[in-house]
Amino acid sequence: MPKITYIESNGKEHVVDAPVGQTVMEAAVKHAVPGIDADCGGACACATCHVYVDPEWLSKTGEQNSMEQSMLDFANDVEDNSRLSCQIKVSAELDGLVVRLPKSQH
Amino acid sequence: MSTGEIRRVIIIGAGQAGGETAQRLRQGGFEGEITLIGEEPAAPYQRPPLSKAYLKGDLDIDRLMLRPASMYAEERIALLTKTRAVWIDRANRKVRVEGGRELPYDALVLATGAKPRKLPLVGADLEGVYLFRTAADVDRVREKFVSSAKLIVIGAGYIGLEVAAVARQLGLNVTVIETAVRPLARVTSPEVAGFFLDEHTRQGVRFVLGGQPALIKGSDRVAGVALTDGSELPADLVIAGIGVTPDIAIAEQCGLTVNNGIVTDRQCRTSDPNIFAIGDCAARPMVHYEGRIVRLESVHNAVEGAKIVAATLTGGKEHTEEAPWFWSDQYDLKLQIAGLFHGYDRVVFRGVMADRAFAAFYYKGDKLIAVDAVNRPAEYLGAKMLIQTGRTLLPNLLEDMSRPMKELVASAR
Repeated sequence: MPKITYIESNGKEHVVDAPVGQTVMEAAVKHAVPGIDADCGGACACATCHVYVDPEWLSKTGEQNSMEQSMLDFANDVEDNSRLSCQIKVSAELDGLVVRLPKSQH
Repeated sequence: MSTGEIRRVIIIGAGQAGGETAQRLRQGGFEGEITLIGEEPAAPYQRPPLSKAYLKGDLDIDRLMLRPASMYAEERIALLTKTRAVWIDRANRKVRVEGGRELPYDALVLATGAKPRKLPLVGADLEGVYLFRTAADVDRVREKFVSSAKLIVIGAGYIGLEVAAVARQLGLNVTVIETAVRPLARVTSPEVAGFFLDEHTRQGVRFVLGGQPALIKGSDRVAGVALTDGSELPADLVIAGIGVTPDIAIAEQCGLTVNNGIVTDRQCRTSDPNIFAIGDCAARPMVHYEGRIVRLESVHNAVEGAKIVAATLTGGKEHTEEAPWFWSDQYDLKLQIAGLFHGYDRVVFRGVMADRAFAAFYYKGDKLIAVDAVNRPAEYLGAKMLIQTGRTLLPNLLEDMSRPMKELVASAR
């Protein structure tokens, strides 16, 4: 199963097994990674699953979709590598993915 | 009551509100006992997908789970499934569950949720007539959701329309009966309701508006629905989506103040300071709406209640409340709602309905109070931020589509 590393804003790392076909958000929530609230459960309605994709992984995670882009427009501390983790599907290719979490999801 | 005395928290109701409360208590550093009591067999799961992706078969039950079932033991949360709390002894701070066992508490959280209204009709108990609230309800329906089956949905609220959308996508013949003259009558404006009526009609859903069901027909299983005007519609399946009633039985039993839900203060505290109530079963003052006491049925409200109670019980930083938000998925339409539209006196549109991407902004006087955004996430989030911070936008600015929503929000005061 692909492994994903989530790094909290304080530097604490969480390495999580992420089933293929689920999302990067789901894997975090199922392992209670702090900082990913994902209140809406992945419906792209709440923008509380914001992550920064480690730059070397950007080509594999793909680009923001247009709905996601609009949501991120209103999130805090958005960078070029910002994504909503509910919109990144886990694939075998993403084994080893590293994402960082913003200071605040609100 | 100082938070230092709280060693045992009992949460009645293991839906999203109850489950989130347990999790957030632990995240907030609460070290004492947590007991989470739920009637359903499963650990807490998300209900919104039940009438959407879960019904369609796109998600299995594991993906609805808030947390893996194993996590409750790891976090020392005693999860009692298939367990009904039947009695609260406030004087001695005890909860009795079915079977007679009594559990003591220092703080009690009622997250009992709501129950779907049953059709008040003869024949409502026939095989093939379904309510929609639990995963088990949907599991029973799912196997019957086959192409060409004749489905009648009674009630054109969000649940009813979501079910109709999934049914059409799976090839069922769908008729929606609604007693009001338009769908979504309680939850949105006539304009937005008209948009959804047109969309569903285009997708092949038939509507009987202003229709009053009189009787569910059938001998061993449902055969159709008779209306008060004498007409009859054949059906293989009937799904009722006619709203819910808050589950307040146990609150009434122990004498808490109840008025369309268990009434609480802003901290979700009931008329008993040791008992909190959150989620669909509770009504509390809305900070963004002049303290009006409202009972909301939503994920937002479930999560907010959990955050508020966890912050109070752990002595953490007071939670800053979010403006209410909701969503509904129908076909490829994503409706996102921020705020509460009740009492609006003006609606202003940004974008046009024909593009299937528009937002309706609701004003009360000069104040922006709500938005319904269809495939318009920026308008949704922008309006939500404005409502949360008590700012407003001049309505005439909205029609200028050349100015992005983000810019309009930045200029608002």
